[in-house]
Amino acid sequence: MKSAAVQPAINVEEIRAQFPILKELVHGKPLVYFDNAATSQKPRRVIKAESAYYATINANVHRGVHTLSTKATEAQEAAREIIRKHINAKHAHEVIFTSGTTASMNLAAFSLGQLLLKPGDEVLISEMEHHANIVPWQMACERHGAKLKVIPVTDSGELALGSSDHLIDQFSDRTRILTISHVSNTLGTINPVKELIAEAKKRGIITVVDGAQAIAHLDIDVQDLSCDLYAFSGHKAYGPTGTGVLYGREELLERMPPWQGGGEMIDVVTFEKTTYAKLPFKFEAGTPHIAGIIGLGEAFRWMEDYDFAFAKASAERGKSAFAAHEHMLLEHATKELLAIDGLRIIGTAKEKVGVISFVIDGVHHYDLGTLLDQQGIAVRTGHHCTQPLMERFGVSGTTRASFACFNTIAEVDALVAGVKKAVKMLR
Amino acid sequence: MTDMNSLAQAQQEVVDEFAMFSDWQDRYEHLIELGKDLPVIAPEKKTEENIVRGCQSRVWLNAEHKNGLVHFTADSDAMITKGLVALLVRVLNDRTPQEILNTPLTFIDAIGLREHLSPNRSNGLVAMLDQMKRYALAYSSKS
Ligand SMILES: Cc1ncc(COP(=O)(O)O)c(C=O)c1O
Repeated sequence: MKSAAVQPAINVEEIRAQFPILKELVHGKPLVYFDNAATSQKPRRVIKAESAYYATINANVHRGVHTLSTKATEAQEAAREIIRKHINAKHAHEVIFTSGTTASMNLAAFSLGQLLLKPGDEVLISEMEHHANIVPWQMACERHGAKLKVIPVTDSGELALGSSDHLIDQFSDRTRILTISHVSNTLGTINPVKELIAEAKKRGIITVVDGAQAIAHLDIDVQDLSCDLYAFSGHKAYGPTGTGVLYGREELLERMPPWQGGGEMIDVVTFEKTTYAKLPFKFEAGTPHIAGIIGLGEAFRWMEDYDFAFAKASAERGKSAFAAHEHMLLEHATKELLAIDGLRIIGTAKEKVGVISFVIDGVHHYDLGTLLDQQGIAVRTGHHCTQPLMERFGVSGTTRASFACFNTIAEVDALVAGVKKAVKMLR
Repeated sequence: MTDMNSLAQAQQEVVDEFAMFSDWQDRYEHLIELGKDLPVIAPEKKTEENIVRGCQSRVWLNAEHKNGLVHFTADSDAMITKGLVALLVRVLNDRTPQEILNTPLTFIDAIGLREHLSPNRSNGLVAMLDQMKRYALAYSSKS
């Protein structure tokens, strides 16, 4: 392990060797994968852990008295514990497994809506939210006669917060819930969630954080953030698809009604009345994605081994070694892309993760994405599930490159050359 | 002119034309050029009704039934989509509804542009093809 004085650094070649997919060719060219914000690629250890479950201990959890069921249950609960430790939750039962951020947010919106919202109440979100952190709240507001209020976004892609004397102007005495992304998937902006949560708490407002884009890049400490709920997807953090987490503060989770009913989440069922199981099972109806959860646990172990171990020992707490590497890629990409005539970056906040969204005069993002794909370069094009944000910036979509620990400067150069080639063909 | 040959022949012509290109760049440059020659839909026909919605690029399609033939005009806001639209219009334009409905479209596959019809593309092309066939069906019951 590195000493505190040493800059966090990673050996990219060593990391790359662990991702089997990076050896694939696309249209006969080496894959350059810059769509990590949509889903990250998986290290071999994660793929192996998931298939080892099926090959050696496949059984349903918490149900059988037989050996395999015991082993599967232990493996799943070990994953819960490693995730608890990683995000510094107080208790393992505060970590609820879901199928992803979307499911976490639907759970949160349904259950908190039921618990808190009355006609005329307000839920405060921001203009940069992913549809997964808009629509479930809209649905909850509709059910309970509450209103959605929106914190606007500045030209640089930061939250337009309050005037000098309060941090947030948009709070009112009817605000019950603040739900906000830690990091914007479209802009890359890192929002000052800790400060916002502190302000919300003073007013007794419940706080929810969409951590989908933060989990693989920032050192998340839910006790330090002091949030009530924190949602993320496993597949954006080197884990399997179909996995996710909703962290919740114990005291709040105890009060929240369940979202889905079924097996696993009950204590006693009669046709007159059902009593619910203890946390976390009250919120985990049905057979979970056991293989995926085990893979997700391995993804967090893998990140601890390669990434956050450096960060925890380094002076710059809060930033992972991966994040430092990705930031270097971001700076290089920003400089090189801006040299292209007519290119404009959407999202120029001071604090960003390795996400770069851009538009080019006279070039449609669909065409650009198609021509980059022909060169083996995977980027995301379109509205990135943030249509209100696209409207805010007056664009129909952008092209987005999002970096992970295994990306290199040479790949960024390939992207820049690829964009130049495409622009030449399209103009 | 197109009524001189069949839809099947028109498809074959496109396939032969694209066979000349050996690399992706030439193929796409040709496609972009074709887009520029598309018989563009009249501005007053670029109505909300005539939009074929895809998530990422937009396509406008207008159809008219004249002398027993279906006449298409179209446009798109993305150049590659526009090129593909131009190919579809070239092959299907000014044909009888029966011919449009009865001839399987194979040329997109054959010229290596099949990926544009895959569901993740959301480029409006699949919807456009459906829409063209729907017009043909509607006109076929009239004639
Ligand atoms: C900020 C943000 N929130 C929520 C989601 C939804 O995540 P999932 O599709 O894994 O449920 C995403 C994924 O794109 C995201 O980027």
